[in-house]
Amino acid sequence: MAVITYREALNQALAEEMERDPDVFLMGEEVGVYNGAYKVSKGLLDRFGEMRVVDTPITELGFTGLGVGAAMTGLRPVIEFMTYNFSLLALDQVVHSAAKLLSMSGGQFKIPITFRGPTGAALQLAAQHSQALEAMYAHFPGMKIVVPGTPADAKGLLKAAIRDDDPVAVFEGEMLYNLKGEVPEDDDFVIPLGVAEVKREGRDVSIITHGKMVHVALQAAAQLEKDGVSAEVLDLRSLRPLDVDAILATVAKTNRVVLVEEGWAFGGITATVAALIQEEAFDHLDAPILRVTQADVPMPYAKGLEKAAKPSVELVVEKVNRVLYR
Amino acid sequence: MATKVYMEALSPTMEEGRLVTWLKNEGDEVKEGDVLAEVETDKATMELVARGSGVLRKRMVGEGDTSPVGTVIAVIAGADEDVSALTGAAEAKASQGAAGGTQGASVPDASKAGSKEQADVAQATAALAGSEHTEQDQAERGTPAEATPAGAKPTPVPQGGQQSGQAAPAQGASDNGRVKASPLARRMAADAGMQLGGVQGTGPGGRVIRRDVEQAVQAGGAQQQPAAAAEAPQQAEAPKAAAAPSAGGYRDVPLSQMRKTIAKRLTQSIGPVPHFFLTIEVDMGEAVRMRARINERFKDKGVKVSPNDLIIRAVGSALRKHPFVNASWTGESIRFFDGVHIGVAVAVDEGLITPVIRDADRKGVTEIAAEVRELAGRAREKKLKPEEYTGSTFSISNLGMFGIEEFTAVINPPEAAILAVGAINEKVVVVNGEMAVRQRMRVTLSCDHRVIDGATGAAFLQTLQSYLEDPMLMIA
Repeated sequence: MAVITYREALNQALAEEMERDPDVFLMGEEVGVYNGAYKVSKGLLDRFGEMRVVDTPITELGFTGLGVGAAMTGLRPVIEFMTYNFSLLALDQVVHSAAKLLSMSGGQFKIPITFRGPTGAALQLAAQHSQALEAMYAHFPGMKIVVPGTPADAKGLLKAAIRDDDPVAVFEGEMLYNLKGEVPEDDDFVIPLGVAEVKREGRDVSIITHGKMVHVALQAAAQLEKDGVSAEVLDLRSLRPLDVDAILATVAKTNRVVLVEEGWAFGGITATVAALIQEEAFDHLDAPILRVTQADVPMPYAKGLEKAAKPSVELVVEKVNRVLYR
Repeated sequence: MATKVYMEALSPTMEEGRLVTWLKNEGDEVKEGDVLAEVETDKATMELVARGSGVLRKRMVGEGDTSPVGTVIAVIAGADEDVSALTGAAEAKASQGAAGGTQGASVPDASKAGSKEQADVAQATAALAGSEHTEQDQAERGTPAEATPAGAKPTPVPQGGQQSGQAAPAQGASDNGRVKASPLARRMAADAGMQLGGVQGTGPGGRVIRRDVEQAVQAGGAQQQPAAAAEAPQQAEAPKAAAAPSAGGYRDVPLSQMRKTIAKRLTQSIGPVPHFFLTIEVDMGEAVRMRARINERFKDKGVKVSPNDLIIRAVGSALRKHPFVNASWTGESIRFFDGVHIGVAVAVDEGLITPVIRDADRKGVTEIAAEVRELAGRAREKKLKPEEYTGSTFSISNLGMFGIEEFTAVINPPEAAILAVGAINEKVVVVNGEMAVRQRMRVTLSCDHRVIDGATGAAFLQTLQSYLEDPMLMIA
């Protein structure tokens, strides 16, 4: 298997799917001539031409609406948000059109659209550019949400998203684009939506997380191992549909849970998963479920404060120790 | 805020406790965690700890009195708080419980209805301290209607989930009898048939968590519950199965009154396992010759059978014919095991361990020989897995190789018997009126008299003797 970056894995997924299906096209700000703000669409304009790699003006609501319309006619648009922070301008099209048209048309319109772009904090981009908004997107029925944490998952999940007949939002970790990893070269390497993965086996506690936080969890697990704690890391990968079986299996195995997410706690993904665990696996719990999330503030710009607001390895270790009553 | 002090289940199997000494007098200040009294359980004398703070207002049982688990035996409250309602109600209940006989844990009001079914359910629920508290509370708060649904249900549901669900609102009613425990610990305790009240919690604020239940199970019922202690929660899912030895199938036959009386009287005499011993001498000539033939026949295959392997096989076959000897005393029933699994005592550096030869009655002697050698070897290296030394239904201890002619072995609970095997020595015996030299061996069966009576044990030994003296009978 080739070792490539997360960015290259996404690029491969796009190229392979555009090659495979002429209905697939990419649209967004700077995706063409500039090769993408984060260079995910590098080379695609040259390869597929400007009918299929469409540069748009700075009009999120407009081009997202255009994409939804194109999907209604049977095309398979991939809409790149320069970051998900800007997708809020297009939210009406996402929430009121894309998510609901299948249901509101009585099944007459499928909306095979894919939204993608970076999510979460990078380094000192301040409050408006540092948000992990997947919990908000996941709130709306009709949407499917995936958050790949590794290059292989990025490729497999983006391909699955493009092939899916429902609107799927792919949240790419902004700090993961340069992350390298082994990625299968197979054209049909697709990771089904709704399947979580145990990224690390453990006995004593389950750290359940997704996206960029998978790496925070893995680092925490490595550190905990030195103290004799065997932590299992479950990467949800897909938030909707959610892999409930995998969650319950790891809880049944370890009896103790720490949930980690990059977004805020209130109404967050971890809140939903915690509720689910207590509903479905109450008798397996030996300790309360604890969560690690971003501090309940708009992301500060100041470097030290930004660091303090983000979920950290130290915080995960601390919460794990607390659920282990250590 | 008044706190009722219950007779707690201080051991997993405790049904009633005898108050040995009160360590606090009426009127004494009491802090949560203080030792109130010493209570004699079915196993030991334990400390009864206060679960609330205040003044010890009333002691409802005297020193030397025995109360069923769940009975209110004292009240802790504020110095001038009116506790007359509590003490009155509790006293009535205590006397009612005592009237119910040995098993009659204080029974919720449902039993007053006189329906047998309801009384049974009430007794069954009384075994669960937590849920019983709830029912009592409801009854005492003057809502008998709430007690009846439980009574009307023909089968009690012994599980933690329901218990905790009910206990939560009751706790709001200022009842400190509630035990703080994780959901997992509640379920594990319910599965192991254990009451949480007696388990010391090591979690935050004294919360009972998994390790506490595991420890309690290990300490209280080590022989009975290896599975529950060692295994992951999934395995504890099937109630009862977790509490059973991993010996496979069995059937429990309820005790007759006669059997109960025999058990009680004998236990009073020698406790907790009333042993008796039966010795028989076996002529091992045939067995020794047979062993020589087997070893000769399979020499090239590296098979080496010892007399002990033959004995294991013979014991297996004899146990199949005498189910009472392949059984166990559970307290409520005699458990007859479907399989014949023989523990073979092996001396190791630190002591003794008994690897188990499963289905010994169905294995060939050479197979048994190979298995014994392999297991004993690993036992000495301390490499046995738990399932390889648990779940036996009968044990054999052989000291013949040390030249011991005869001895008595101590039963390995919960088994009902153990066979002590001595050395095979040449002896002069009288055969058909003439002296002859024969290879003789003495075996002694230690029996749990609660399960095995003299004649039962003797018949088993007779069968064993016939198998060893004429090994053909084993396969015929």
